Amino acid sequence: MDKLDNQGIWTYLQEKFGERVGIIGEPHGLLTISTSKDDIIELLSFLKDDEKLQFIYLTDITAVHYPKQQKAFAVVYHVHNLYRNVRLRVKVFLEGETPTTPTATTIWNGANWMERETYDFFGVVFEGHPDLRRILNMDDLDVFPMRKEYPLEDPNRVDKKDFYFGR
Amino acid sequence: MSKSISKITHNNPVFYDNDPQDELITLNIGPTHPATHGVFQNVCQIDGERIVSGVSTIGYIHRAFEKIAEHRPFYQITPLTDRLNYCSSPINNMGWHMTVEKLLNIEIPKRVQYMRVIVMELARIADHIICNGILGVDTGAFSGFLYVMQEREFIYEIFEEICGARLTTNIGRIGGFERDFNEVAFRKIKEFIKRYPPVLEEFEELFVRNRIFIERTSGVAAVTPEQALSYSWSGPILRATGVDYDVRVVDPYCSYEEFDFEVPVGTSGDVYDRFMVRNAEMWQSLRIIGQALEKIEKEPQGIFHADVPEFYLPPKEQVYNNMEALIYHFKIVMGEWETPKSEVYHAVEGANGELGFYLIHDGGRTPYRLHFRRPSFVNYQMFAPMSSGMLISDAIINMSSLNVIAGELDA
Repeated sequence: MDKLDNQGIWTYLQEKFGERVGIIGEPHGLLTISTSKDDIIELLSFLKDDEKLQFIYLTDITAVHYPKQQKAFAVVYHVHNLYRNVRLRVKVFLEGETPTTPTATTIWNGANWMERETYDFFGVVFEGHPDLRRILNMDDLDVFPMRKEYPLEDPNRVDKKDFYFGR
Repeated sequence: MSKSISKITHNNPVFYDNDPQDELITLNIGPTHPATHGVFQNVCQIDGERIVSGVSTIGYIHRAFEKIAEHRPFYQITPLTDRLNYCSSPINNMGWHMTVEKLLNIEIPKRVQYMRVIVMELARIADHIICNGILGVDTGAFSGFLYVMQEREFIYEIFEEICGARLTTNIGRIGGFERDFNEVAFRKIKEFIKRYPPVLEEFEELFVRNRIFIERTSGVAAVTPEQALSYSWSGPILRATGVDYDVRVVDPYCSYEEFDFEVPVGTSGDVYDRFMVRNAEMWQSLRIIGQALEKIEKEPQGIFHADVPEFYLPPKEQVYNNMEALIYHFKIVMGEWETPKSEVYHAVEGANGELGFYLIHDGGRTPYRLHFRRPSFVNYQMFAPMSSGMLISDAIINMSSLNVIAGELDA
């Protein structure tokens, strides 16, 4: 594989993982794949250590809340191949009130605070994390503020309701 | 009440000094210590002058920008980005505009791109001036800081001429700029690239071969490239370790691929190398600004935004006299734009490293989810582990050279 393009990466991953990885799309040219929480660490280590892929750099970990879906939480990893400048996005969909997924701190040290931030705002528990505490919010907060059900301001305010604008 | 207190002590990392025979004592550096240059705390266990272990506590100025952004239309998020890295707000502003433009597939005219490059490079110089100047102050050399600070003031005057604000600039709009650079702005930019080199040379003369400075910084907090990459470092501190990763080069935005500039790298990743990399980047930024000014001359005059009336606010006099302009004005202000459902990650080279915007849009009035990949936050997590075994005074110049900006750290 001389050229590392999205098609090449996808075929290569399919050979190795088969059904265990799925493709979500290529929004704005960035290949987005999904996997399950049982395979995520194996996939991320493979992406990092494989000689052809070399996604050595962890750019970001964050989460998204989709309250209407059965699997309501998506943990999103952005990884980057610095040798050939290719980026890749990996998503893991999780379900349950306390979603759990294994930690990536075993692969990258930098995942530590990114996962703490994700836990702090979404309540995603990263199993095996060495120090999973809140990081930006105060310690005695007992909600996870970036979940969609958590209101930004007084929910009884009526002057901003959509029906006043015909929506 | 008692419940919450017990929870706090459970969650907070606290070292107990119960044993009077114990050699170690606990020292809090911060939250408002002058050495932290911002509001964050480091709880250190020290043995005499040496730090044995430390824990960083951050979040003192957390303002929930990601949550607020989920309730605001795109153009109202720009002022939030100002307050991330407030030493170089224009880079954040431009990064956000470019993220939205990528989502909406807006083509930006070349002249506007060059104008953006000028603004971003000026902001980078202003940020590096702060970092290197303060590093001088922390090592005991105050005068260099004052020399370069005057030039930072001049950069802020240019920003004031361009957008009316100095620190939290809110420069630009989605699709371009709110107004063209006026003649005074162009004159001042030209004056700046003439008057800054001698000042920077003088600044370098004070530090680069200064024996006290070298002995104070060389070999302090040296980081290997492997460590830096494992901790996801980016920006000047990563380049100081020898990794030539610069978003402007690997993922060019704003026509950076047309410019001729170098990516300075260090060798040992210590505080001295970080200082030198930042200094060299200021020289490169000056080169880029000079080239951008030349390129602007060749472009047709007077263009300062893309022709996208559905996303760019029309001039006010047209809103009063022109039906179409009024409709667009109303739609933009009420957030009634037709936007694609998509997700986009866009990164710019901020003054501290890769500043990324991860935007998920469901076609509504506001982003469904917006995440800031903040370089200070990612870079700073290595500070506590790398401080173990370090002298307190070394840890302080190490923190200073990481250039952690509290606004960017906490979002």
